[in-house]
Amino acid sequence: MLLIPCPFCGKREETEFHHGGEAHIERPKDPDALSDEAWAEYLFMRTNPKGVFLERWVHLAGCRRWFNMARNTATNEILGSYKIGEKPPKGAR
Amino acid sequence: MVKSFLRQSPLAHLHLEARPLMAEALPAAGISISECAHTTQIAVRGQSSDPAFAQAVTTALGIALPTDACTASGAPERVHMLWMGPDEWLVVGPAKTDDRIGDKLEQALNKLHCAVVDVSESRTVVQICGANARSVLDKGCSIDLHPTVFSPGRVVNTVLARSHITLHQTAIDAKSGFPSYDIYVHRSFAEYLWSWLEDASREYGLQMNP
Repeated sequence: MLLIPCPFCGKREETEFHHGGEAHIERPKDPDALSDEAWAEYLFMRTNPKGVFLERWVHLAGCRRWFNMARNTATNEILGSYKIGEKPPKGAR
Repeated sequence: MVKSFLRQSPLAHLHLEARPLMAEALPAAGISISECAHTTQIAVRGQSSDPAFAQAVTTALGIALPTDACTASGAPERVHMLWMGPDEWLVVGPAKTDDRIGDKLEQALNKLHCAVVDVSESRTVVQICGANARSVLDKGCSIDLHPTVFSPGRVVNTVLARSHITLHQTAIDAKSGFPSYDIYVHRSFAEYLWSWLEDASREYGLQMNP
């Protein structure tokens, strides 16, 4: 069980949260200009690192807000969480 | 707003008003639970950083906007306000209040960027208190409810026995130190949660109040 630090509510049990996949994926500015391969790359392809991973979470049973978190996928160590629009914590990148 | 003669609590079919008679054999009940049906509940959303918004809420309700996470403002027996998120609050009025809270808020806030929605029928309130109230909640809730970290005026949205609830500690008895809690539960989960609480309280002795 992880204790996840919600940037609004503080540390809560993992069951209150829902995982939202990789963070910081930018939507292409002009989707019409993209080739099918490039569009598929944006839609489906994700990095799958062993180590620090920046991912989105939502505090579903709490304040219902989305936020980002840096977590080590190998050890489950949480390096910190940060609000949408903020920079990842130091050492996460 | 549902017409008052059509309003029915989600626990009405349990006929809780007839239950206290059965509990008289348990004078040393460690838990006391009751339903507080038909409270007025208004969901308010807005920017707490906007002083005009906070001021308008205070003017309309006479209580401050609780901007700190997981806190409440106002007295629990009168109109009070619970923090639900960084830009979201729940205004709660007691069952026998005039239903003008929503109108007052709408009038005060109608020129601001915000939302006021009457959600009174969406949740019911279960009140739990007594010597073992904390032990019962600990069975299904991961929040640390120890008095050093969870005191009257604290509000959390969390999970109790797998159902989403809002937990508000309303008071702590000065003499005995026993806490009282309001549990806001969505009406479709109300019967399940009530049954769970009844079952979890059994070992401590349970008294039901109408």
